Amino acid sequence: MNPEKALMTQEPDARASDVSDAPDATASDVPATAATGVHARIDVSGVVSGQRPEAGTVFECAEVDVYYGDFRALRDVSLDVAEHGVTALIGPSGCGKSTFLRCFNRMNDLIEGARVEGTVNYYGVDLYQDEVDPVEVRRRVGMVFQKPNPFPKSIYDNIAYGPRLAGVKRSALDDVVEGSLTRAALWDEVKDRLKMSAYGLSGGQQQRLCIARAIAVQPDVVLMDEPCSALDPIATGRIEELIAELKTEYTIIIVTHNMQQAARISDMTAFFSVQANEMGHRTGELVEYAPTSLIFTNPDDPRTEAYITGRVG
Amino acid sequence: MSVLTTPADIATSHALRRRPGADVAGAVFKWLLIGATVFATGFLAVLLAVMIVDGWDVLSGNLWHFLTHGFSQRSAAEAGVWQGIIGSLQVALVTGVFAVPIGVATAIYLVEYAQDSRFARIVELNIRNLAGVPSIVYGLLGLAVFVQTIHGFTQGKTVIAGGMTLAAMVLPIIVITSVEALKAVPSSLREAAYGVGATKWEVLSRQVLPAALSTILTGTVLALARALGEAAPLILVGAATGFLSFGDANMLETFTGPYTALPVQIFNFARLPGADWGVNAAAASVVILVLVLAVNGLAIYLRNRFEKQW
Repeated sequence: MNPEKALMTQEPDARASDVSDAPDATASDVPATAATGVHARIDVSGVVSGQRPEAGTVFECAEVDVYYGDFRALRDVSLDVAEHGVTALIGPSGCGKSTFLRCFNRMNDLIEGARVEGTVNYYGVDLYQDEVDPVEVRRRVGMVFQKPNPFPKSIYDNIAYGPRLAGVKRSALDDVVEGSLTRAALWDEVKDRLKMSAYGLSGGQQQRLCIARAIAVQPDVVLMDEPCSALDPIATGRIEELIAELKTEYTIIIVTHNMQQAARISDMTAFFSVQANEMGHRTGELVEYAPTSLIFTNPDDPRTEAYITGRVG
Repeated sequence: MSVLTTPADIATSHALRRRPGADVAGAVFKWLLIGATVFATGFLAVLLAVMIVDGWDVLSGNLWHFLTHGFSQRSAAEAGVWQGIIGSLQVALVTGVFAVPIGVATAIYLVEYAQDSRFARIVELNIRNLAGVPSIVYGLLGLAVFVQTIHGFTQGKTVIAGGMTLAAMVLPIIVITSVEALKAVPSSLREAAYGVGATKWEVLSRQVLPAALSTILTGTVLALARALGEAAPLILVGAATGFLSFGDANMLETFTGPYTALPVQIFNFARLPGADWGVNAAAASVVILVLVLAVNGLAIYLRNRFEKQW
């Protein structure tokens, strides 16, 4: 099987089954893993552990703590993330929602002194096992950041960067670039200036470019860390439309400060809050996790209600 | 007399009028700054003017001969700086070959791998201190290590020994500027690359280094320009101050033969008795200034060339 074809056509489910058919299939499905082509950098079949998750569950987080050095930034978060849905993480500043988001693709590894305890299972595979390669994780769990951060390259090269690393052939790149830009609703605006600098785009266009770049490597999950906070309402609206379209293909987890945005676009909402201990250290925790419609109409916890009605935060 | 009570009353009185002497400190400070700038540039201009005037006899009438002929013991009029120019460029080349890869690699390790570890901080602090060590100390180091200890490699007091000595001298400068350049690469760029599944090597080689390249290049060339102007350490590691002949030596052999450098020649001209040797010293100073200026110009050109247009 041609690796490029694998990258372009494979359904997330097919790949997921490679890593979650545990434990009876661990040794025998090495060929199947190899057939995933560009994703075969590590032998994922060897790291399978735990139970196959409930159908349609991408992430299972259990008792996740995140420390920065000695300081605990996030305490005891447990939640499951469903496939092909939009999960919103909301809460006041400093509540650890961005920190939590970065647990899903091991982005916290990049922060000196950051440590994650507890389990973050991705299709039943604990992402924090020693055998898991964070590079492989990030290839499947892409990320869009708060400030648009295109590479100082052309529009084309921005999109092609990830696929090139993944080994997509030069001849297939044009299609990948066009497909990604089209899905990010940017193709019509940039198709005549693909070779021009990405920095020449407006802020909203740059953020859609970053989304296109994230989906160009065919991830299963796209993490978004306040993707609209630097954008005006019109650009924000376009990104929100885009998210609604993307969720048919991808699982999306989004951090947002904008509660209307969470209410508009998400299926599930997790509300985080922050508590200061007697030392003055502020540790975030998950207060409530429920379907968005419930959170915004009939929250269980009085703290959630206070926050979403604007009485605090 | 009426009392001003409303904002309109106050505004239409003299409240908004510019008062003389309101910002004396600011004005004094500005003129102090201008004075310092004038002094600094004026000092350089005078230096340059004095050298050009002193060396005018050679620069106006005899320049080509001066540039293309070697040293002569017989008379100042016959002596030239050709060997010094070649020697200086050769030494600078060797300096670059040794100092640039080691310096840049050290900087990459300190910033990207050792990160904020105690070890990295101690190393960086020491390197910053090394940048302040007098050049003559590096000359002593060069004599002990490069000329004597590794005599087999350098063949004694040669261009290679001289270049390695100056490499040791400019290494801290290259490390420091490269460290600053790498630290200046925004973390969002790294995160973006990691976010699409790049390995550390891919992030470094394709994003971080290209982004830092123009600054690293500029720092490197400026460090080499400084090496070009050094005389003291070179005298210790064998740059000849008298007559020397390349004979029939080819280019490669001159690297392991006796050599001289422009600053050393200036030193030599200046200590010989007679006014005409002094003219040569001044003229050679102008030559080295032009050379350093050319190297700095190259640095600016490279920076503009490699700087990201976006």
